[in-house]
Amino acid sequence: MSEPILEVRDLTVHFYTYAGIVKAIEDVSFDVYKGETFALVGETGCGKSVTSRAFTQLIESPGRIVKGKVIYHKEDGSTIDLLKLDEEEVRKIRGKEVAYIFQDPHASLDPLYTVGHQIAEAMVVHNTVKDWKEGFRKAVDILRRVLIPDPENRVKNYPHELSGGMKQRVVIGTGISNNPRILIADEPTTALDVTVQAQILELMNKLKREYNTTLILITHNMGVVAEMADRVAVMYAGKIAEIGSVDQIFKNPLHPYTQGLLRAVPNPLAKIERLDAIPGTVPNLIKPPKGCRFHPRCPHATEACRKEVPKLKEIEPGHFVACHLY
Amino acid sequence: MMEPLLKVENLKKYFPVRGLLRTIGYVKAVDDVSFTINRGETFGLVGESGCGKTTTGRTILRLVEPTSGKIIFNGKDVTKIRGEEMKEFRRRAQIMFQDPYSSLNPRQTVFEVIMEPVRFHGIPVDDPEEFVIKLLESVGLNEMHLYRYPHEFSGGQRQRIALARLLALKPEFIVLDEPTSALDVSVQANILNMLKDLQKKYGFTYLFISHDLGVVKYMSHRMGVMYLGKLVEVGPAEKIFENPLHPYTQMLLSAIPVPDPDLARELKAKRMNVEGEPPSPINPPQGCHFHPRCPFAKAGLCDKKEPPLIEVEKDHYVACWLYAKS
Repeated sequence: MSEPILEVRDLTVHFYTYAGIVKAIEDVSFDVYKGETFALVGETGCGKSVTSRAFTQLIESPGRIVKGKVIYHKEDGSTIDLLKLDEEEVRKIRGKEVAYIFQDPHASLDPLYTVGHQIAEAMVVHNTVKDWKEGFRKAVDILRRVLIPDPENRVKNYPHELSGGMKQRVVIGTGISNNPRILIADEPTTALDVTVQAQILELMNKLKREYNTTLILITHNMGVVAEMADRVAVMYAGKIAEIGSVDQIFKNPLHPYTQGLLRAVPNPLAKIERLDAIPGTVPNLIKPPKGCRFHPRCPHATEACRKEVPKLKEIEPGHFVACHLY
Repeated sequence: MMEPLLKVENLKKYFPVRGLLRTIGYVKAVDDVSFTINRGETFGLVGESGCGKTTTGRTILRLVEPTSGKIIFNGKDVTKIRGEEMKEFRRRAQIMFQDPYSSLNPRQTVFEVIMEPVRFHGIPVDDPEEFVIKLLESVGLNEMHLYRYPHEFSGGQRQRIALARLLALKPEFIVLDEPTSALDVSVQANILNMLKDLQKKYGFTYLFISHDLGVVKYMSHRMGVMYLGKLVEVGPAEKIFENPLHPYTQMLLSAIPVPDPDLARELKAKRMNVEGEPPSPINPPQGCHFHPRCPFAKAGLCDKKEPPLIEVEKDHYVACWLYAKS
């Protein structure tokens, strides 16, 4: 279980805007292990999506990967730094070995092509099928795998003929069409209703088991994290605040931000008299607070927190936290 | 406490679907909905997208005119009122919208945003500036914010401004239409707590519309569950969460991801099979709208006859043939 497939080191992405340099993520480091579900959680603007996109250099201007390494362990045991590859080389990996599923299924699909065409295209581009004909044939199988009823006919449908949940299944289908080793799902169920969400999450778990894929799940929903993840990284304002197993994070959260986040979620199965809110708002990342970026909102902030950036420290085996309290 | 402030009787709202020359059908967004809200309580309305919960809220305020049915506010039928009476009703019954980015005029300062409805309703104010500052303070903002424009605020702050604007009119009844859906959890907790505090202080009555069951449970005294334009279950929030009667409510509750890994594992084993997606409200299924997805559907009954809403235990109503005699 503890064989890494992806090692992220000091990943830093800045966006050069007119208002100033947005330090979207800074010195983000973590490992993702083979076959696990790794969740990246945090609130809007914390950098979780930027982090996952930077893995395969999917950062558009005015953004730039300033520094860092993303070491990818290939099937044959050799390693490469995905950030050192040129556009042509990274394209061979993106969509084939590292595939993405994005939040909005309406935006992920091209309205002018049938869903079969779009699934086939992913395979044709990466030469995993001989020709378009085989691609279309395989697209039917894939639709069956993502549990779309009547796949022989559905394959000829255009996106507008499908419901939101069905569209997201098609998007998952394109994602898994090349049997990727890493599947990155960026808020895959946020645009969907709860009953549909439950079905999509179950489908992703099933596919993951079948193909032994490593799943990187990006979400803001703590419920989804608890249900899906093996390990969790909590991000705040472009930094990793805490990393640990799902049990460590939920039962023994160390970072005051993680603690606050967990207390702020209304659990539908518990009786809550009053939610504990985190005071203040997420900081502006053009001029992030000095020292620990959480200190203006932290109930335990000390002088050290205002001055010094806390380093990620291992407190118990596998449980890391970036906080001066420890 | 148990005195009803709002009574909705057989409310219907049909939107015509126009073909080339004539109306070819109706979307039955709200189809024969009845419930009461007692003074000082929060009535939660849950359901998935397209179930008619928002239309119900807007129809009650007559922001959309009901097709038929009665709305009785404070013992008075407001379904047909006009002119001065309508203006007074508009002051007493307010709404807070989901999207804090489109509900504030970008060309008005906070002061103007709040004072406009006050002037419109002719509410006498000695010192407008002081009046607005007091309101801002009651929602956690201050005089610094008085002459700023909406774009200078975060989503949570904008919702506070929207709240201050309606507080200025001293309403009795407020429709809260997904007031925190656009916000992050840490900010959401702040707004929810504030809404609860204001209710205690001013005795507001809320209709709280949300798709988030955790939030509805935290906020509501009583609640209703909607499916395809119909109320399928109504009762005290605690009872519905403890003992959901309608199969749809059961499905909805078992589909929520719980933010607790142990509980999630335990529930996974006995989770109800969640299947299908809500059908189109243009052509809802015959009989009970839920029967095509219902594991308990009885052929010849559920697909033929619509179940009535009956009281199963004190103040707990359900519309399902499992509990009614045909």
